[in-house]
Amino acid sequence: MNRLSKFGLVIVGLFVVVAVFAPLIATHDVGETDLLNRYAAPSAAHWLGTDATGCDIFSRVIYGARISLRVGLVVVFVSTFIGTVIGSLAGYYGGWIDRIVNGYLFNVFLAFPGLLLAIAMVAFLGAGLNKLILALCIIGWVGYARVIRGQVLKVREYDFVQAARALGASDMRILFVHILPNAIQPLIVQASLGMAGAVLAEATLSFLGLGVPPPAPSWGVMLEEARDLSTLQGAPHALLVPGIAIALSVLAFNFIGDGLREYLDPRQRKR
Amino acid sequence: MKHKLLDVSRRILILLLVVWTVVSLVTLLIELVPGDPATATLGEDATSAQIEQFRQKHNLDRPAFFFSYARDEQGQRDFRWHGLNNRYIDYWGTILRGDMGRSFRSDCPITKVIFGRCGGQAATWGDVFDDFLQSRFVSTAQLAVVALLVAVSISIPLGVIAGKNRGTWLDNVLSVIALVGISTPGFVLGPLFIYLFALQLGWLAPSGRNNWEDIILPAVTLGAALSALLTRMVRSSVIEEMGEDYVRTARAKGLSERTVVYKHVLKNGLIPVVTILGLQLGVLLAGAIITEKIFNWPGLGLLLIDDGIGKRDYRLVQGCVLVISVTYIFANTLTDIIYRWLDPRIRVS
Repeated sequence: MNRLSKFGLVIVGLFVVVAVFAPLIATHDVGETDLLNRYAAPSAAHWLGTDATGCDIFSRVIYGARISLRVGLVVVFVSTFIGTVIGSLAGYYGGWIDRIVNGYLFNVFLAFPGLLLAIAMVAFLGAGLNKLILALCIIGWVGYARVIRGQVLKVREYDFVQAARALGASDMRILFVHILPNAIQPLIVQASLGMAGAVLAEATLSFLGLGVPPPAPSWGVMLEEARDLSTLQGAPHALLVPGIAIALSVLAFNFIGDGLREYLDPRQRKR
Repeated sequence: MKHKLLDVSRRILILLLVVWTVVSLVTLLIELVPGDPATATLGEDATSAQIEQFRQKHNLDRPAFFFSYARDEQGQRDFRWHGLNNRYIDYWGTILRGDMGRSFRSDCPITKVIFGRCGGQAATWGDVFDDFLQSRFVSTAQLAVVALLVAVSISIPLGVIAGKNRGTWLDNVLSVIALVGISTPGFVLGPLFIYLFALQLGWLAPSGRNNWEDIILPAVTLGAALSALLTRMVRSSVIEEMGEDYVRTARAKGLSERTVVYKHVLKNGLIPVVTILGLQLGVLLAGAIITEKIFNWPGLGLLLIDDGIGKRDYRLVQGCVLVISVTYIFANTLTDIIYRWLDPRIRVS
């Protein structure tokens, strides 16, 4: 592991701890407004100051980690599952299944801006956390399916697969017991990069007013509130804090993904 | 030659399939709206006569698809075949005629809202052209192209400097900046720019599209992530090319380092960068939605978010999604075809 991915691991660890223990770490109630104390600068009472309604920015960012982590985990888990099933079936059986999946589905999903599809879906379904997660899963599985399909295509030609077949193992047993465990490595890289993507997508959609409805402490919602000109003038830190939180977590997941990729591909390790 | 022709026709077939899927998706999306789009548009206070009139006018009273399997009043599921007399076919008919229906709110044709000016009759072709130049579509295209230019003009010199000085502190600083640039989303960077350049320094307007310089902040915001990505690509490309034999030859001929880098290395090193560039134009088009929202830039994205989604004008949302995706698909396919034609070694799978 290189230095950057260690840094990534530390940040992600911190992120998880903060999300799990949010109620213990937060100094104020997230919904607590204090109109007499708007745009306060960082102080002992409010570590990172307050926003336009006098909410404690520190506590909101802490709780925001929960939303980001939840969306990221669910989206990555569901997309990986769907992607693995579809991708491995297409790669293993080939034929018409593969023609539909690789020739049609992949092309459609890749030829179409994913964010736009998510925006359109949420626009018609209505905003909300679960609908946002659904939309992100629908656009998310394709990346995993492509990776797994490619891997399965490669692994199914190996001798041990032939051996399993000669021993009379069923297709499902060959696929799930013999091929998949040997094909799954690159998926871990993809999942790590997928976490970064999901965190970013949640913030983006919430920023556009299509995700978690305010006053929920999503980082995207906080940014949307902070970009109002009078808030920007009065409390620029209201923008900086969630902004840094998003950038750091995206950066950290990307570092881990890059590090894993290098680790799994020895040819890249020397560079 | 025959092979190439086959390749291009396969590509076009996929393109048509993708466009067909996108149009179908966009058409059927309106069925996702919880409840009745008519009530959602007119509000809860609308009389049943108003709702009926609205539904008739926008063809919402007709069956949505070839068949339906809906619950009737008694709660019984009922499969019914509607034949060709349905809205899906209607929408295809209007699209093939170059029409996208009328806005639920302003009753203006969607084609005019996106590609021209709503209201008023354009008298001459010159007027139509003027309206087009001021339209939402051109405004987004302008933003995307300028952002691309910004990204290129930042990333090439920075990438070359980093690649030439590989491993030095300068390279490290540039790499860190590039990493931060990649992971800072536009909706953080944009408001930050507004704070710095509009509120603190007062150099530029915080939003709108009134003077030529108004494009600077949105374009830099939109191009920032791309320029960070490109800087990294140019850097690794330059490093790779510097190790080639022809560089040693060029140096042995006594050429200056500057000529070696800018005339020889860069020429070869830019090939992979150019491919990415074409594909990124599409990404910029989608990213423009957020940038336009931040800077109140009157393009397709702002139209989609504010007028479409914000005012529940579902027909307008359909139109915007359709135009953005079709533009994206065509930009990608065009890049792909041009690139293969330029460099026959590449066979993108």
